[in-house]
Amino acid sequence: MIKTLKHLYTALIFIFLYAPIATLLVLSFNASKTRAKWGGFTFKWYRELFGNQVILQALYNTLLIAFLSAAIATLMGTVASFSIHSMKRKSRSLLIGITNIPMLNAEIVTGISLMLLFLTLRAKFGFYTVLLSHITFNIPYVILSVMPKLKQLNPHVYQAALDLGASPFYAFYKVILPDILPGVLSGFLMAFTMSLDDFIITHFTKGPGLDTLSTKIYTEVRKGIRPEMYSLSTLIFISVLLLLFLGNKSSYLSKEKFHEK
Amino acid sequence: MNRKLLAFPYIVWAAVFILIPLFMVGYYGLTDKNGNFTMANLASIMTKEHIKALWLSVLLSLISTLICLLLAYPLSMILAQMNVTKTSFIVLIFILPMWMNFLLRTLAWQTLLEKTGVLNSILQFFQLPALEIINTPYAIILGMVYNFLPFMVLPIYNSLIKIDQNVIHAARDLGANSIQTFLKITLPLSAPGIISGITMVFVPALTTFVISNLLGGSKILLIGNVIEQEFTQAGNWHLGSGLSLVLMLFIIFNMVITALFDLEGEGNTL
Repeated sequence: MIKTLKHLYTALIFIFLYAPIATLLVLSFNASKTRAKWGGFTFKWYRELFGNQVILQALYNTLLIAFLSAAIATLMGTVASFSIHSMKRKSRSLLIGITNIPMLNAEIVTGISLMLLFLTLRAKFGFYTVLLSHITFNIPYVILSVMPKLKQLNPHVYQAALDLGASPFYAFYKVILPDILPGVLSGFLMAFTMSLDDFIITHFTKGPGLDTLSTKIYTEVRKGIRPEMYSLSTLIFISVLLLLFLGNKSSYLSKEKFHEK
Repeated sequence: MNRKLLAFPYIVWAAVFILIPLFMVGYYGLTDKNGNFTMANLASIMTKEHIKALWLSVLLSLISTLICLLLAYPLSMILAQMNVTKTSFIVLIFILPMWMNFLLRTLAWQTLLEKTGVLNSILQFFQLPALEIINTPYAIILGMVYNFLPFMVLPIYNSLIKIDQNVIHAARDLGANSIQTFLKITLPLSAPGIISGITMVFVPALTTFVISNLLGGSKILLIGNVIEQEFTQAGNWHLGSGLSLVLMLFIIFNMVITALFDLEGEGNTL
């Protein structure tokens, strides 16, 4: 009885979290152009998506910014974590505290603070201002997932590698990196996802010429979202779902192989 | 030693892109157009329109935070007892939805909540009275709970799975019933998670302008909407910064509380 209740409760919460996603999936097949009524099943919006240069350009910008900002943040964040880890407690907690600011602060404040910085520097608002801002809010997620892995390491291994004649770079690459790699990868994925889903900070740091999917959708809200947007996000969602499923399956298989040995 | 110097590029980055921008908000907030010091931007929070927006924001975000807590705690307990692997749970509740754009997901609630929308059709089918909450503060609360619930579940779940089961068994062996065990053991031990969850929901809910824009119609203004309009439409950065400074007082208060309870930031590790 209690078990059924528990399952029911969990199911209800998951329905709550996934109902809008299901709605968007359904809308992407809706023949009627308004989202208010169902006009029959169609693949039309999927066909038209590939002819819609504006949406494809926004998708390209979104993916490029997400990839570049996540990659640069991962590189800088990993090196910074490695260094912060070796610091004394006081300077370590000071740096971690500053690192956490973009995560704990309101996005709107981060957004306007960066906007004011770029205004003062007379920077041209566009691709690079958005990229710099995304790197900034991505770094904390990388540091947050790399730091725990560093804490788990045996501190003497790196020292031993140095004593045996490895250069610091070689020792990092051969001894530290393999052990913290899961943290680095999950930091990268987290940063990529955060950048992809961001609207608020992009809204304040982009110029008039540049659009990501989020800012494109926001300008379309008043006049009605183009249905191609629904089909695009459905395609993205389904591909990620498939990737996750395949990823899970392959890691499961490799685990089984391991047990057979 | 050169290992410490490796952080140098990042320290420069953090100074330029985190600290200096925040000082600039402070500078703009405390000066007028001619660069003279003024308290007028801060004081404008007391104008009728702004104080109303701030009050509504505080009220709606407190209600949403409370609802998130009430929904998330039982869910976290259930998930902590179940044999779900941590990563698959995080992906399912946290990461996967993010791959469907945040604005589209929130907009989908319009379709669900509208007068002739999906939810009302279902209610009608069961002969139940229709819900008319779209473009009201209730829809904004729903949007906040929907968007920020995962931020509450995750830290509570993280603190619950850290509790040593032997402590709970010991309490039961010593004669505590399940309610006493919950109140005296589980709840206090999960307090860091609760505190961290509250701050992680309260700050974005307090400062949102998107959710109120999409689900509240255009008539309901939250403090986030006011600030956003000062920057993107009115172009009055001084006033916008001044109001942001007021908002930051709430955020700093929140950060201090988190820091007191959760020194190493363990509650929100992903």
